Amino acid sequence: MATDLLQIKNLVKHYPSVKAVNGIDITLQSGICFGLLGPNGAGKTTTVEILEGINHATSGEILYKGKPLGDQFRKEAGIMFQSTALQDYITVRETLEMFANFYPQHADLDVLIKRCNLSEYLDQDNRELSGGQRQRLLLAIALVNDPDIIFLDEPTTGLDPQARRNFWNLINDIKSEGKTVVLTTHYMDEAYNLCDEIAIMDHGKIIAQGTPKALLEENFNDVVLQLPKAELKDFDLSPYTTHERNGHIEITTCNVNEVISSLIENNISLSLLQIRPRTLDDLFLELTGKELRS
Amino acid sequence: MSFKRFLALFVTRNKEFLRDRSSLSWNILMPVLIVAGFSFAFSGDIGKQFKVGVINETSATIQAKAFLNLKHIEFYSVDISDSAISHSIKKVQRHQVDMLLDAEKQQYWINTESPSGYLVEKILLGSDKKTFKKQTVSGKQIRYIDWVIPGILSMNMMFSALFGVGFVIVRYRKNGMLKRLKATPITAFEYLSAQIASRMILIMVVTAFVFYGTHFFVDFVMNGSHLNLFLVFALGALSMISLGLIIAARITSEETAGGLLNLFSWPMMFFSGVWFSLEGAAPVMQNIAEIFPLTHVTAAARAVMIDGSSLVDISYHLIILTVQSVVFLLFGAWFFKWD
Repeated sequence: MATDLLQIKNLVKHYPSVKAVNGIDITLQSGICFGLLGPNGAGKTTTVEILEGINHATSGEILYKGKPLGDQFRKEAGIMFQSTALQDYITVRETLEMFANFYPQHADLDVLIKRCNLSEYLDQDNRELSGGQRQRLLLAIALVNDPDIIFLDEPTTGLDPQARRNFWNLINDIKSEGKTVVLTTHYMDEAYNLCDEIAIMDHGKIIAQGTPKALLEENFNDVVLQLPKAELKDFDLSPYTTHERNGHIEITTCNVNEVISSLIENNISLSLLQIRPRTLDDLFLELTGKELRS
Repeated sequence: MSFKRFLALFVTRNKEFLRDRSSLSWNILMPVLIVAGFSFAFSGDIGKQFKVGVINETSATIQAKAFLNLKHIEFYSVDISDSAISHSIKKVQRHQVDMLLDAEKQQYWINTESPSGYLVEKILLGSDKKTFKKQTVSGKQIRYIDWVIPGILSMNMMFSALFGVGFVIVRYRKNGMLKRLKATPITAFEYLSAQIASRMILIMVVTAFVFYGTHFFVDFVMNGSHLNLFLVFALGALSMISLGLIIAARITSEETAGGLLNLFSWPMMFFSGVWFSLEGAAPVMQNIAEIFPLTHVTAAARAVMIDGSSLVDISYHLIILTVQSVVFLLFGAWFFKWD
């Protein structure tokens, strides 16, 4: 049975000129992947840094296994920052060994190296690693103490699609071991595929929280029809809710048949028509009014 | 304090430094180049105090031959042609030559405004030897190169300590490495101790390498105990590394750190008695120099190397360096921020 691993109560962080986090409550059960989403400046990085013990809250309470953050948390938490420099002139193997020696107990390095696909690069200088190799090493460092909870801050930013997919597999692997993952990401498909629960933050507050599926069902009962803008130049769009994206017009509707009938009546070619369900991207736009990746 | 964590940081930092060939080479090469430059510049025969041009050297009279056999005077032959003699007289006029002597005719030219000419004349004419009783002393000459080497070794140590620790910490803070370490069980004390220990050992090894390497080529004076000198340099390195920690405790910009490190290192380099003695300097400058760790390292090293001083003789400098090390360390550790 899942138990509460991390409890955040009325967390507040005020800087002199801005209220970065403005009273949030989160309860994380062990063994889940929790996604924290939000536009730039929403307060998610500050929140995660407070959870990681890197930053201090103005007020509020954080309990890890029922106790305030302390030595136990440092020993049992794994952290992967979005941008961490590694020491120059040090190899992958030496970096892992150094971090392993920071902890009283550490994971079996051979297993970790195999899991993160680092075998081929073990004797390579940190400076010579590609983006994907580097992210896998940073993940391995986050896992080196065999943590109970892992914080991953935008772990796939800057990776190519294949490297991203490989990284997702690694995260699913970690989840399957019953470890708790806290993920911040800019990619909605990543959150949808990996997270059991998400929270969307804006202006320092959580504006929606739940499982991705429940949030979509709760907020949407319609679908999106997508056609190239050029195809719809003679079509009257005024009766519909529309949105323009990447040279396409998106028509949001609860009644697909009616829209398609109307398009056919107006001799609009449907050869490039796409129909898709609502996504977390749409939900994000709906709730925050901002493009996440902007 | 976990020794395991300390050792992990210490070993990694050493590897990083040793593999950074450009930094390592610079640390070793710079003092060697400075010493080599000075050695070359002062390699002339400074035993020859006077210069005398000699006409008719081969047909010198007995009295003239006695003069020509004197030590520490550089004699050179002058052709008997009128033009050569005239040219040499001009040199006497310009103080380029102290005397022109015709060894056969027993006549000489000197410049009445030249103190050296006056002295050479007195030597030539001789003095009443019975008036004074001759006492002799012997000893190896202390050249400028002997005097300046303790300062150069100390100065190189200062640059390595200040920039090697200060700059590295600021770089790690800027690129997020310190933030990552903060998220581990590592404590600030463990991290700083490892940085200090690593740099201490590297400084001592490099200094020993430069010391013995330079000694092989230049053969400078070393009259004291090597162990005493080791202690002086170890304490000096500790005090200057600790000073570097204070400078780097909170700064996040490499540019600011570079400026501040230069602000500390350059005055120390010029006003700590590395290049010239402060004995004749203004009292204010002497008092300011007392604040600098480099002043005490240089003075203590010089005392050991040239005068063969014992630890008791240099205890004043050692006490000051110890106090400075403790104060700088405590303040640096207290002031330190990870990010």
